[in-house]
Amino acid sequence: MDFIVSLLAGTIRVTIPIAFAALAGVLSERSGVINMGLEGMMLMGSFFGVVGSYVTGNAWMGLAFAMVSGAVFGLIMAVFTISFKCEHMLAGVGINILASGLSIVLLQMIWGTKGKSGIVEGLGIISVPLLNKIPVIRELIGTVSPMFYILLLCVFLLWIVLYRTPVGLRVRVIGDNPFMAGSMGVKVYKYQYISLMAAGMLAAMGGAYLSIGDINMFSKDMVSGRGYIALSMVILGGWHPVSVAACGLIYGLAQSLQFRLQTVDIPPQLVQMLPYVITIFVLVFARNKSKAPAMEGVHYYQKGE
Amino acid sequence: MYAVEMRGVTKRFHGTLANDYVNFFVKKGEIHSLLGENGAGKTTLMNILFGLYKADGGSIRIHEKETRIDSPLAAISQGIAMVHQHFMLVDTLSVAENIVLGHEPRKGVFFDREKAFEKITEIAEKYHFQIDAREKVGNLSVGVKQRVEILKALYHESSVLILDEPTAVLTPQEADDLFRVLRGLKADGRTIIIITHKLKETMAIADTITVLRKGRTIATLPAREVSEEKLAELMVGRLVSFSVDKKPLRDNRPVKMKLSHVTLQKGSKKALQDVSLTVRGGEILGIAGVEGNGQTELIEVLTGLCSRYKGTVTVGDRDVSRAGAKKLLNYVGHIPEDRGKRGYVKGYANWENMILGYHTRPDYITKAGILKTKAIQEVTRRGIEEYDIRTDGIDQTTDSLSGGNQQKLIVGRVLMHHTGIVLAAQPTRGVDIGAIEYIHTQLVRLRDEGAAVILISADLDEIVKLSDEIAVLYEGSIVARKPAADFTGRSIGAYMLGHTKDEEVQA
Repeated sequence: MDFIVSLLAGTIRVTIPIAFAALAGVLSERSGVINMGLEGMMLMGSFFGVVGSYVTGNAWMGLAFAMVSGAVFGLIMAVFTISFKCEHMLAGVGINILASGLSIVLLQMIWGTKGKSGIVEGLGIISVPLLNKIPVIRELIGTVSPMFYILLLCVFLLWIVLYRTPVGLRVRVIGDNPFMAGSMGVKVYKYQYISLMAAGMLAAMGGAYLSIGDINMFSKDMVSGRGYIALSMVILGGWHPVSVAACGLIYGLAQSLQFRLQTVDIPPQLVQMLPYVITIFVLVFARNKSKAPAMEGVHYYQKGE
Repeated sequence: MYAVEMRGVTKRFHGTLANDYVNFFVKKGEIHSLLGENGAGKTTLMNILFGLYKADGGSIRIHEKETRIDSPLAAISQGIAMVHQHFMLVDTLSVAENIVLGHEPRKGVFFDREKAFEKITEIAEKYHFQIDAREKVGNLSVGVKQRVEILKALYHESSVLILDEPTAVLTPQEADDLFRVLRGLKADGRTIIIITHKLKETMAIADTITVLRKGRTIATLPAREVSEEKLAELMVGRLVSFSVDKKPLRDNRPVKMKLSHVTLQKGSKKALQDVSLTVRGGEILGIAGVEGNGQTELIEVLTGLCSRYKGTVTVGDRDVSRAGAKKLLNYVGHIPEDRGKRGYVKGYANWENMILGYHTRPDYITKAGILKTKAIQEVTRRGIEEYDIRTDGIDQTTDSLSGGNQQKLIVGRVLMHHTGIVLAAQPTRGVDIGAIEYIHTQLVRLRDEGAAVILISADLDEIVKLSDEIAVLYEGSIVARKPAADFTGRSIGAYMLGHTKDEEVQA
């Protein structure tokens, strides 16, 4: 029983950053941009979360710093993919390299180290009244990082915005056919810019959880591929915020299981492969009816450009 | 009173003049046909009117008021709507959502979907459109999708409606329905502009006609006062012959190619279902059908591009069912339906594209695997001459030729290498009248010389004009197959829509 509870609690912790990034992926792709830069945006979130907390002494200000950095990186992505018509994949890889390099340079400037920052104030754990009284529930969602509840809020908000507001309808149409949206007078670029900046914020929140939500420090390249995993969750979850976040749990479970299997007598390399192997298998065999936004990755030109 | 006045409109694209001081006047409440060949500047002019392009010069007046239209939004707010040739619709959304996009009914900050359904249903009923506002657009037929586009205009209460090549994708029956709708809108006081290069439909529906040629206004005249021949001459700039001279069918027409019970599964759907065809030398076999009813798959079977089907394909006595594309190219010449995709390589010179696919033949390559440049250039020069390809020379890149000349190069390539069987898929799509005339003559010459020609075309007039025998594809099956003389354009149209009972076909 204890094993299962700790397994599930671990699952939730691992899922939080992935789910944030996957939401960012949903929003980007719905607006027609394949966001390979999620990894870099997360990394910026991790780093500036720590910087913000270090400078102000307040972890929530750290989160704000992270979100601003994510928005800036979303903006950079938008300038390259939307205004300069750069290949989306290339722009994303560029973002990732930029983020990685920038974090290392700034790490050196601020803390004078190459690998790790100092320990900063973290977001800590919140204890939810009532929920913290019930066994099992307490361990799972009663006493958790506040980022867990912020994540739930973001899933809900993104779903409402995408499916229940005119803005969401426009964003979804842009991903499917920007030319149609343009022909109806929708300002395509505007919505793409806004979507990418908001996506940057979401990804950065996921990144911030890794640093100030968990170990309260930054270490070099700490995102380690979660941005790419998130992209595959986007596909698996069929570009829908709720199911994409839920799919994050599959990966979370595999990762959490992996941690706990390391004590068993199997070569550790095999165990460490587990989450990735499961992700690949699920991607290959899961039958998903929903299709990708029809024109993601396609460059849209306004008015005889 | 004029609904639209465009004066001295000029538009340049990378140095070439798409619109050269064009004047275009449309009276309120008329159906006005903007006629011209591909590349004459019709669509450019209308994209300017709709705010998709910005003109380099000229002025626009709408309902006698000078205006600036710098975006589709501005156009829509001035009562102008456009139905694009490639529909501007999103398949995964409902009819209503497609229509209200950009002007969504709201409840607070939320999108009021129910209100959208209500409103669209109301408008559809008013104009007697049989459309379910909740249906996903992806489930609709082409004709109905076009109706959705028109509903968009009505939703925005547009007074001027522009339709870009509206009948290009329709069967004759659907086109009749469309014309009925347009006449209804005209009676309602709306102004309609149709962009087209088809003379027949211009004569059938237009009150006034403006002819564009090479970016210039050639004439504006009442439809009552002109003939089709006169219009063609204005469009092309010279006399055009409409008929092709075909020799009578010869008695000896050996079977050249045979498909027996070909069935092709694509996903969960049968793309081709038990298709059997016999192709004879000295005959043109026309395959009619609404696009997407298995034509592409049939082409892939005939050329060996796809070989995972059930059934057999034979050439002469040889079973070539599993031969693959490279082998089949020895027997079947292929004029592809999409020349940009399968016809030529972008960025390659004419001499390279001229032997594309045949480059491993001993004529063009030495035993050591080196291209025989001299021989290839010689063949290309001959081809350019024989097939009347207008180009700066063998080194010009094929993609910089006009559509008609690109197509002539491809036709030339096929005809220089094949005398047995030729598959011509949409051979005159996006090609000017002069080149159409030429390509038709070449195909008929090939037939007269004893070759088997398979003509797959969405253009019904082309099928009727050239074919000796016609087969109609509907949802992957051959639903009718008879000598061409036993069909009329209308009866083919009925088969294309899936009506198989005789009385429906007669109607």
